[in-house]
Amino acid sequence: MTREPFDRFAADQSEERRSSVRGGAKAGHEARGRALEADGVPFDRLRSLAARIKQHTLDHLDAYLRAATTSLESRGVTVHFAADAQSACGIVTDILDRRRAIRVVKTKSMVTEEVELAHHLEQRGIECIETDLGEFVVQLARDRPSHIVKPIIHKNRAEIAATFESHGLGPYDDTPEVITRRAREFLRRKYLAADAAITGANFISAESGRLVLVTNEGNSRFCLAATRCHVALVGIEKLVPTDRDVGALLDLLARSATGQRLTVYTEFIAGPRGVGQLDGPDEMHVVFLDNGRTQVLASDCRQILRCIRCGACLNVCPVYRQASGHAYRGVYAGPIGAVLSPLLEEPGRRFLEKADLPRASTLCGACHEVCPVDIPIEELLVRMRDRAKRSGATSGSTPSMGAWALVASQPDAWRAALSAGRLLAVLPGWLGPEPLRAWRDNHALPPWRGGAFRRWLEKRGAAHAR
Amino acid sequence: MTTFDMACRREPAASRHVKLMVTCLCDLFFDDAAAATVEVLEHLGCKVEVPEDQTCCGQPAFNAGDWSAARRVARHTARVFAGDEPVVVPSGSCARMVSHGTLVLFEGEADPREASVAPRAWELCDFIVNGLGVTRWPGRVRARLAWHRSCHSRGTTYGEAALTLLRSIADLRLVEFGEPEQCCGFGGTFSVSFPEISRSVGGLKLDAVMATSPDGVVSGDMGCLMHLDGLARMRGDRALPVLHVAQVLRDALRATKDEG
Repeated sequence: MTREPFDRFAADQSEERRSSVRGGAKAGHEARGRALEADGVPFDRLRSLAARIKQHTLDHLDAYLRAATTSLESRGVTVHFAADAQSACGIVTDILDRRRAIRVVKTKSMVTEEVELAHHLEQRGIECIETDLGEFVVQLARDRPSHIVKPIIHKNRAEIAATFESHGLGPYDDTPEVITRRAREFLRRKYLAADAAITGANFISAESGRLVLVTNEGNSRFCLAATRCHVALVGIEKLVPTDRDVGALLDLLARSATGQRLTVYTEFIAGPRGVGQLDGPDEMHVVFLDNGRTQVLASDCRQILRCIRCGACLNVCPVYRQASGHAYRGVYAGPIGAVLSPLLEEPGRRFLEKADLPRASTLCGACHEVCPVDIPIEELLVRMRDRAKRSGATSGSTPSMGAWALVASQPDAWRAALSAGRLLAVLPGWLGPEPLRAWRDNHALPPWRGGAFRRWLEKRGAAHAR
Repeated sequence: MTTFDMACRREPAASRHVKLMVTCLCDLFFDDAAAATVEVLEHLGCKVEVPEDQTCCGQPAFNAGDWSAARRVARHTARVFAGDEPVVVPSGSCARMVSHGTLVLFEGEADPREASVAPRAWELCDFIVNGLGVTRWPGRVRARLAWHRSCHSRGTTYGEAALTLLRSIADLRLVEFGEPEQCCGFGGTFSVSFPEISRSVGGLKLDAVMATSPDGVVSGDMGCLMHLDGLARMRGDRALPVLHVAQVLRDALRATKDEG
C-alpha cells in the first residue's frame, strides 16, 4: 500500500506556506460568517433560491443559450461557440489578429486559466498582461494560482516584494501600500497602450444579454475604458434567465467569497459603446466555452455546474487548508476542483490522471454547508470515486473492500470474525493488515472488544428471563 | 433543512418497538456505547430488538467508491432490518449511510426492501428528540464536556437534538472550543490513505478541544472519537476520555438511580 501523492505533496509543504494557506482560508471563512450574520441573511432560503435558479438554467441550457445569443446579438455583440480549449484560443487569436492587436490586458477569469489563454497568446507573440493584483503577481513569478478567489493565498508579502524587486519594479519593499502602488503604476501604462481587453463573466442574463463582472480593484473598468475591443470568454454554465436572477446570486457571491456585501465594483455591460457614449470598446465578442461542460451536464454530477466560483468551499475545507491549492494539480482547487477537474477531463487518460482527487476528502460536507448554490459536494465526491473505480482508475492507497464485503454480507462469517479477533485481515477494509499498519503510525489502537456487546446482551437476556 | 431528505422520514409507531443497529465499530471495539444505547432506549419504554445477523451498513465500501461491494453489504443490511420498526443507530454517519447512502447506491432500482429501510433509520438522539418528542433528560452528570459535532450532523437534525438533550442534563457543562465546524480528519479510509493530512487536521481539533481543559469529549460518532483518542494517546497528551453521547445519557440515569 502506498500513500496518495496528494498526501505526500501536503507533507512536503513548508511550514511558512501551510500557515499562509491555512491563515488565509480561515480568515476568509470567518469573514463570510460575519457578513452573513451582520445582515441577517436568511442563508438557507436564499441559497435554495439561488440553487433553483442555477439548476433551472442548466436543465434548460439549450434554450437559454439560444435566448442569450439573440439578446447579445441584438446589442451588437458577436457571439462565438468554442467546443474546447484549442478552439477557444483559436477564436480569440483570430479576433485579435484581425485587429492586429499585439498588446492585451486581461481581468481575472477562471475559464481563461482553464484554456491557458494567456500562455497561448504569448506564444503567438501577443503580450497578455494580468491586471488583477493577485494574478499579476502569479504571472510575474511564473507561478500558478492556488485559490479561485485569492490566487496568491499561498504567498506572503515578503515573497511578493522579492518578485517585484527581481522584475525591476523598484527596490525591495514589502509594505502592502508600496506593492499596490507599484503594480498600479506599471498597469496604468499597460491599460493605455492596450489594443484589446479580455475578460470572463460572472453572469450573463439570457433575457437582456447583460454581462456581469465583479471585481474589487476596478481593473476591469480600466481594461474596458481605453481599449477598442472587448473579448469575453464565458463558460456556458454562467447563464441565468433574467436580470432579476442576477440580484439573488449577487446577494450571495461576495458574502461567500470575501465577506463583502457586494464587491467594490459590479459592472453590467450591455454591449459595445453605443452612439453618444464616450468610453468603451467599439467591438465586443462573447465566446461561449463548452470544454467538457455538456458532458458534465449529461452526468450524475451535473449540479457541480451551478458553481459561481466563490471559493467558500476552499476556505472551509480542512484538506485544502493543509494541502494548498497546488495539490489539486489544476485550475480548480479545493472540494469543487476535486469534482470538477476530473469531470472536465472525461473520458480518457486525463480523467484517470485526476481520478485520485475525489479521494482527497474526509467527506465532512463543510463544503456543502457553506455552498451558496447548495451543491451536495460530498455526495458528488463519492459518486466520482465510484466513477473512477468503474473507469479502471487504480488506487494504491485505498484498501480493497472485496474480502470485507464478503464477510459483512454473511452473518456467520461476521460472527466468526468477531469472536476471533485475529481475523482483522478481513474486518472492515480499512482495518486490514496494511491499513492497520498505516493507522498505527499515527494512532494508538483501541482495545479489541469484538462480540463483547453481543455477549453482554445474551447474559442480560438470560438474567431478565430468570 | 433544505438540503437533505428528512421530510420523507417515517414517524415511529406508538408501540415503541425499535430495531437497534449496533454499528460495526461498536461490535468490534466500543461495546459499552452499544450497551448504553440499549439502556437509554429501554428507559424511554422502547422494546429493543437487536437482529443477530447484522454486520455493517456498508459505508466503508460506499465511501471508498467500491459500490458493488457496498451494494452487497447494504442489501444484506436492508434484509436484516426489514419490517416497519424504526431502526435506531448510535452513529450519525451510519444513520446517514442507511437513510441517504442506500438511496444513492440503489438509485432508481432499489427493491422495496432496500427502499423501505432508508426512511426508518434514525440516529439515536434524533430519534429521542424528533421521533419520540423527548427534549429533557433526567439525572445529572457532574462534568465539563466538549461536544464534538461530528460531520454527519450537517444538514440533519441530529446535532441539535444531541445538544438539546445534553444541555438539559443537570450539572453538565458543555465547553465551547474554537472552530467547532471543522472536521476531526478521520474520514474512514481517508485516515490511512492520507495519513499526513488526517493527522494534521486531527491535531488541530485536539489542540482546540484541549485548550478548554474539558473532562472529556463527547460525540455521537465513535469513528471520530476512535481517531481523536488514538491520536491523543499517540501524541502522549494527557488522558482525554472520549464518550459516546449514549454513555453520557446512561450515566445521567444511573446518577438518578444512585441518588434515589
